[in-house]
Amino acid sequence: MAIVYKRPESLCDVDTHYCPGCTHGIVHRLVAEVIDELGIVGKTIGVAPVGCSVFAYNYFECDMIQAAHGRAPAVATGAKRANPDSVVFTYQGDGDLAAIGTAETVHAATRGENITIIFINNAIYGMTSGQMAPTTLPEQVTTTTPYGRDPKLAGYPIRMCEMLSTLSGTAYCERVSVDNVPNIMNAKKAIKKAFEKQLAGKGFSLVEVLSTCPTNWGMQPQEALEWLRANMMPYYPLGVYADRDDVFGA
Amino acid sequence: MAEKILMKGNEALAEAAIRAGCRCFFGYPITPQTQVAEYMAKKLPKIGGVYLQSESEVSAINMVMGAVSTGARAMTSSSSPGISLKAEGISYIAGCDLPAVIVNMQRGGPGLGGIQPAQSDYYQATKGLAHGDFHLIVLAPCGVQEIVDLMGKAFDLADQYRMPVMILGDGMLGQMMEPITLPEPKEEDRSAKTWATSGTKGERKHNIVNSLYIQPDELERLVRERYERYAQIERDEVMCEEYMVDDADIVIAAYGASARIAKNAIAAARAEGIKVGLLRPITLWPFPKATFAKAAETAKAFLTVEMSMGQMVDDVKLAIECKRPVHFFGRTGGVVPTPAEILAEIKKIHGGDR
Repeated sequence: MAIVYKRPESLCDVDTHYCPGCTHGIVHRLVAEVIDELGIVGKTIGVAPVGCSVFAYNYFECDMIQAAHGRAPAVATGAKRANPDSVVFTYQGDGDLAAIGTAETVHAATRGENITIIFINNAIYGMTSGQMAPTTLPEQVTTTTPYGRDPKLAGYPIRMCEMLSTLSGTAYCERVSVDNVPNIMNAKKAIKKAFEKQLAGKGFSLVEVLSTCPTNWGMQPQEALEWLRANMMPYYPLGVYADRDDVFGA
Repeated sequence: MAEKILMKGNEALAEAAIRAGCRCFFGYPITPQTQVAEYMAKKLPKIGGVYLQSESEVSAINMVMGAVSTGARAMTSSSSPGISLKAEGISYIAGCDLPAVIVNMQRGGPGLGGIQPAQSDYYQATKGLAHGDFHLIVLAPCGVQEIVDLMGKAFDLADQYRMPVMILGDGMLGQMMEPITLPEPKEEDRSAKTWATSGTKGERKHNIVNSLYIQPDELERLVRERYERYAQIERDEVMCEEYMVDDADIVIAAYGASARIAKNAIAAARAEGIKVGLLRPITLWPFPKATFAKAAETAKAFLTVEMSMGQMVDDVKLAIECKRPVHFFGRTGGVVPTPAEILAEIKKIHGGDR
């Protein structure tokens, strides 16, 4: 009998703590498949964030470091600089990457730091149970925007891919979604390309993944996917924002 | 005998770190220690090392964390306000049982404070640098040669006990020039660090560097294990200079630059027939309690001299269990005490004894 679907070698054989319907599991799997396909698990170092994916260190078979909130790109920088032959990736949520860790993210990008960031944007703080994120949409209700996010009071959601694409050190930057099968396949392609950029020493790479949080959005998983399509995709258009091979010259 | 060369404290510190096998430096400019970074920026790229100027002190310490997680010898250097920003990262480094070396060339505080030498980060370094139950080993050099000697020691202690080690200097030590002898260079050796996250090479299960433990009993057990290590350090690693203590009626307690100045005051006092000695803690944590307790058996009084409002006084009182009076003289905010001021205090105490 032919095996057509199995756990990627780079994913630990353990249960995850993620809620039903959460898309972290899909993205973990995509990252692990890419690491398998590139044959790099033995030289990969992953950096876990603070947030829902804090336990990512238990889920990947590569060496893992757990960083302070927002500091993963700095930790990854140190790991990569001390081991230039390794492959270093961070896995971060929107609060971690786009609020408390904005400086670390922006400067890793502008340095052209040869690391890969997987950025999960689900427009909410999941781990602390549903507060406003830097990516929470206008009028979106969270526990800390109980009347809906009012840009006059709470500012506008931040579009990271658009911002990072303006920086000369960004070799690759794409926004993808995991709301349906074609988009999942495309997300995997983007993640693979990001890792390939790093392997080729091209500079900073980041893949932003639009994701759902049914628990804290207060929706059924299917309903959450529909909400993502109707509300997040217009504000956060999918696509490649930067694809450069000349960050450090041709 | 190795050649003597004249070097500035900050530059000697950087050279000594390189000779101790440190190949990764991450820092952010701040007076009065920026020469450490400048020296590293010049030297490290020439020998295959990593010098990186970070976007903030917060990032610098996290870059150190990333580098040491993979087994590299790495360090950062800063001055008081910058150390406050590094506090978060140092707590994580302690919680992850990682070896790292942090230099604080202290300046006056609080807030932006000043840029002149101070010792007002003693509490921060020895008591409560950041959240959680943990210690750093704190080494306090009092001259350029000792900076060099303690730099190598700092990396060795950090590796041996897998914990952060701080060199606590001050702006005066960083800026002064003295003739020194440098140690022979050592190669970095990452081979013994089997816990390091440098890639499994497909040869072992993955390593995890982590400070998160959701189960309280597990976290408590790990903290207790760490404190067993701390107890061993308190037994084995205490360093203190005893200077003219045997016959002293008055024992000055001072570290770093204050201790150098105190020695001048001691010479002047002894010239006037007042028997004064000095206990100079070289490890501020662990504090040399036993040495102080022994001195309290013969001395009549203690005088703590600091460039702060008296942050070390409590440690002296605790070490001697308040068996003798502990006086204090300090200048702060970047003002350096003079030998004459210290002598005047000695005379006051001496007069009071009669």
